Amino acid sequence: MEIHVKENPTAFHRFDVLWTPSVLIMDPQGKERVRNEGYLPKDEFRAWLDMGLARLAFVAKKWTEAEARFDGIVRCDPDSGVAAYSVYWRGVSRYKQSHDHKALSAVAEEFRHNYQESIWAKKSVVWGG
Amino acid sequence: MAVQWRKDVETALTEAMRENRPLMIDFSAAPG
Repeated sequence: MEIHVKENPTAFHRFDVLWTPSVLIMDPQGKERVRNEGYLPKDEFRAWLDMGLARLAFVAKKWTEAEARFDGIVRCDPDSGVAAYSVYWRGVSRYKQSHDHKALSAVAEEFRHNYQESIWAKKSVVWGG
Repeated sequence: MAVQWRKDVETALTEAMRENRPLMIDFSAAPG
C-alpha cells in the first residue's frame, strides 16, 4: 500500500517512519520484517524487494524457498547492495535445511573470493572454510 | 507477484492476513 505523509501522518507515527521514501515489508501477520529508508535506484530496489521476499520465506522457515530466492539475487544481481547479504543468508538457509556445517564453511570460502570487504564476509569468518 | 495498491492501513493488513500474502508499505512525501 502507499502512504503519503500529508494524507496519513498517523501511519508514519504508527510504523515509526522517520524518513521518506521508506518501504516496509510486512509478513502476512502484519509483522515488519524488512525496512528500507531512502531512495534506491530501480535495479537496487528490485533486488531489495527480492531480498525481502527471501527474508519472508526464511522467517517462515521455508528454507528451500529462502535458499532459492537468495540464490536468485546472487546470480541475477551480483553487484547489488544486497548481494553479499544474500550470499550469507543463502548459506544459512542451506544449513537450516541440511544441518550440515559444510554449508556454512562454503559461505566463508565464497567470501574469500567475493565481497571480501563486506560485513557479511566478516560475519562468516567464524565458519572457517 | 503483482502489487495491489491500497490506501487504508487496516484494510491492507486485514487483506494480507486473510490471503496469507506479504504487505509492502510505501511511505512517501513526494508531491502528486
